[in-house]
Amino acid sequence: MVTNVTSLGRSGLYDWMIQRATAVVVGVYVCVIVGFLLQHPDLSYEQWKAFMTTTAMRIFSVLSFIAVVAHVWVGLWTISTDYIKPMWLRLSFQGFCAVALFMCFVWAVLILWGV
Amino acid sequence: MMGQTRERRPTNIDMGSLFAYQFPLPAVTSILHRISGLIVFLMIPLLLWILDQSLSSLDSFEQLQECMSGFVAKFILWGTLSALFYHLIAGVKHLIMDMGIGEDLSGARVGAWIVLVLSIFTALLLGAWLW
Repeated sequence: MVTNVTSLGRSGLYDWMIQRATAVVVGVYVCVIVGFLLQHPDLSYEQWKAFMTTTAMRIFSVLSFIAVVAHVWVGLWTISTDYIKPMWLRLSFQGFCAVALFMCFVWAVLILWGV
Repeated sequence: MMGQTRERRPTNIDMGSLFAYQFPLPAVTSILHRISGLIVFLMIPLLLWILDQSLSSLDSFEQLQECMSGFVAKFILWGTLSALFYHLIAGVKHLIMDMGIGEDLSGARVGAWIVLVLSIFTALLLGAWLW
């Protein structure tokens, strides 16, 4: 089995599994948000805040953000490996993605626990 | 494409002549899946900013509504959400194909058509919802 230190699951098969498992989590999360928005056409701030700050939604949101980070990492790793050939450029791009994703994740957690 | 003198040596295709080929529809939906994924990744800060503004306070919630009423803001949000839903629909097709459904050539073509039609329909719905 081919392994590569920069992939997430250390092998293509694990990356394949991670990509699909996280996709399902994020897909369900998007459907829940869309469902809520469709049920509340004239959404007020109080309704929105009450919904997003329930413990269940907070946990689901954080779970989804973790899934997004893993999903984006596998996806961008795949794309950069396919299209960016110079090693230094590819590693720079992947490094940038890792830092950006980490910052987005911290920001997301701060938003959810700040309110 | 190949003449009678069959070239056995594998040849590389340069980027210029790549566009001379007519791509099959599944190839187009596949590259769009990658492009839409990249777009959504680049737009994560925007989506987080919207989440932040919508939850921080009643003031910021109303400011956000005002900010999002302009055409440019709506268009950017529409583009981002359309890319997100394209990515989601194409992803569901991927999962269905992983289960062994529609893996042959004709199935792949049908699947690609369904993805395109559904995502155009979703983009129109998003437009109607935003405007």
